[in-house]
Amino acid sequence: MNKQQIQTCGDELYNALIQRHTVKPLTQRFNDISIEDAYHISLRMVERRVQAGAKIIGKKIGVTSKAVQTMLNVHQPDFGYLTHDMAYSQGEEMSISEKLIQPKAEGEIAFILKKDLIGPGITNADVLAATDCVIPCFEIVDSRIEDWKIKIQDTVADNASCGLFVLGDKAVCPSKVDLSTCGMVVEKNGQIISTGAGAAALGSPVNCVTWLANTLGQFGIPLKAGEVILSGSLVPLEPVKAGDFMSVSIGGIGNASVRFV
Amino acid sequence: MGNLSKQQIEELAKHLEDAELQAYEVTKITDDFPDMTYKDAFDIQWEIRRSKEARGHKIVGMKMGLTSWAKMAQMGVEKPCYGFLADYFSIPDGGQIKLDELIHPKVEAELAFVTKAPLVGPGVHIGDVLRATDFVMPAVEIIDSRYKDFKFDLKSVIADNSSSSRFVAGGTMARPEDLDLKNLGVVMEINGEVVQLGAGAAVLGHPASSVAMLANMLAERGEHIPAGTFIMIGAITAAVHVNKGDSFCVRYQGLGTVSGKFV
Repeated sequence: MNKQQIQTCGDELYNALIQRHTVKPLTQRFNDISIEDAYHISLRMVERRVQAGAKIIGKKIGVTSKAVQTMLNVHQPDFGYLTHDMAYSQGEEMSISEKLIQPKAEGEIAFILKKDLIGPGITNADVLAATDCVIPCFEIVDSRIEDWKIKIQDTVADNASCGLFVLGDKAVCPSKVDLSTCGMVVEKNGQIISTGAGAAALGSPVNCVTWLANTLGQFGIPLKAGEVILSGSLVPLEPVKAGDFMSVSIGGIGNASVRFV
Repeated sequence: MGNLSKQQIEELAKHLEDAELQAYEVTKITDDFPDMTYKDAFDIQWEIRRSKEARGHKIVGMKMGLTSWAKMAQMGVEKPCYGFLADYFSIPDGGQIKLDELIHPKVEAELAFVTKAPLVGPGVHIGDVLRATDFVMPAVEIIDSRYKDFKFDLKSVIADNSSSSRFVAGGTMARPEDLDLKNLGVVMEINGEVVQLGAGAAVLGHPASSVAMLANMLAERGEHIPAGTFIMIGAITAAVHVNKGDSFCVRYQGLGTVSGKFV
């Protein structure tokens, strides 16, 4: 794709996000769209957000679990940017009609960094040493692409389908929890709908953060101290609507919950 | 109430136990006995148990089956069931399971409770179970239905000792108060690849509720769970088909691993 097309697509997705409407999949309109093109589109989209006053506070890793990869028929992770206006606190209500289009909830583990991670060459040891704490998290993914009909390029261009996120009630030092075997239980309106464990995300959430640091390192982008890194879903995505109450608990870490209005 | 005669119960018990011991498939028994009741089904299971004990085998524990939503959905049944564990079902951790002795085995990640006080239903609840639990340990069950293509209904599977065949108990123990049993994570790997994941809550919302249900189901026959009983709670994950040469390793949050190999 040429520069003009990339900018137009980025603007189109930004407008879709702000006006809460969907667009036709980019992959249906641009046969030759590459994953690199898609990342450039997402950069344009996030650039527009920053121009409008948003502050980048972290990154998210997506498409990390076999369940999500199967659901989306893709076989590699992706990443997007987190801005300050995406972050919700425990107990805050999330308004679907004001903020979201076709949301789905994912239970995740969020990493809060205390040191920069600059790839390539980052190992899991570097990630653990650079992690201040891990926090239970719901990421509310959302797609600006019609009916979630996404290929990997569509979701990458659309900021990895990031919507909003809520951080839970407890921060735990990564040395206190086995991130690969820690269990996750997700409840919707009081009913257990799925369980999982840390290994669902590329074998371990730590592997995901390592992947991100090394992938971004190729583009000269660091993971910075203080950033929030959402490490990827450990359970299947769950569609949500106004009135739903979602709760997630993670063994050895804690809980997060969110009510949709 | 039962609809089968004592003789029919004994014949069906022998029919199913022969299939187990000689590792061949049979059609599900409700095809031939559509009027059989749940009591008949349990009578057949208890007759198999009696016959094993009469031959000198020891009963070393109990198991719950079909306790997770994943399993109930996989098998198309709506209620859990129980079975017994005989001495020769036990395989040491890291041991070998002879595939030729089984029909079409599948592996399930579970937990086991060991009691220190009797649990007598009805009315046993999760609090009673936690109080009566000596310790919890990781365990893997190898289930093997004697029914063709692993297809059955609830009555047929109860009669077939709830598909019990082999189990492997791990070497780590923990007191229930030191574990977050609901959120305890489990990762199952076959030949090094992660194939199933889950957490304790997948079993009836909490692993201890499976033990409570066992006590209450046994009470319907005037039976109870004695102190010192080893109880497998049922699968946290869906059951995974295995082939000769496959090895499995299940990793438990805070409880180590359980492994084995099919030869």
